[in-house]
Amino acid sequence: MKAAVVVFPGSNCDRDLAVAFEQAGFDVSMVWHKDSALPEGVDIVGVPGGFSYGDYLRCGAIAAQSPICKAVVEHAHRGGYALGVCNGFQILTETGILPGALLRNAGLKYICRTVDLKVETANSVFTDGYSAGDVIGVPIAHHDGNYFADAETVAALKDQDRVAFSYVDNPNGSVADIAGILSENRRVLGMMPHPERASDEGHGGTDGTAMFRALAGMVTSA
Amino acid sequence: MKARVHVMLKNGVLDPQGEAVRHALGALGFDKVEGVRQGKVIDLDLAADATEADVTEMCEKLLANTVIESYSVELL
Repeated sequence: MKAAVVVFPGSNCDRDLAVAFEQAGFDVSMVWHKDSALPEGVDIVGVPGGFSYGDYLRCGAIAAQSPICKAVVEHAHRGGYALGVCNGFQILTETGILPGALLRNAGLKYICRTVDLKVETANSVFTDGYSAGDVIGVPIAHHDGNYFADAETVAALKDQDRVAFSYVDNPNGSVADIAGILSENRRVLGMMPHPERASDEGHGGTDGTAMFRALAGMVTSA
Repeated sequence: MKARVHVMLKNGVLDPQGEAVRHALGALGFDKVEGVRQGKVIDLDLAADATEADVTEMCEKLLANTVIESYSVELL
């Protein structure tokens, strides 16, 4: 059961994400953005939060063109699992693995606080440890978390049950209160809130633990 | 050869920064401003044999995110 966490210049949640995977039982390797291949036998790739490449041009735009991201795209296209959190979500949309884009928060402010998320579907390896309708507390910390997709894309996400999480009280203007979405094959999750920051008693909440625990279980049995 | 790329948020995509600028202009007493959209200008220094098609490809692949942004290319 192997996880790889990608490290970009400017990543700052890479170690938190690695610890969350480790606590769930994964062997974790850190992968540098200039590497062109993922380690052999990786089950899931974590794309962490932070400010890759200083958020230059657009959040995640430069990271999406890095050598390692080509490998991540290939991994996803082969049916591999991936989790992108915060900047990682922005990067996954910039690569085209996930639809839509993240805009500046509607209120223009950087927001850092724990928010209530509604679990919209339990039908994924990421959300299998929850029940649809559960409300969990997970921290957000972003300036550009305002999810946008055209009406057709949002309708498709809803029809295909691909909205994983939504905000109970929308903090950033995201269309349809969307906080996290799944790929078409349900094996890639991108979300702005940080489950890895809610996975230890010391964090003040452990509502994110169920995600990593479910991942460990499902990836092993897959 | 030089090229200038203009990148703007598409119509219909909320531009909170533009809105903030509009409010600030209003606060300064400029009461004739009905809307503000903020974008980016990117100047490129290019080899002599570069073409507009090259710049368009750059826009599609990196300079603009066509999910939310439109772009125009101006050869200088």
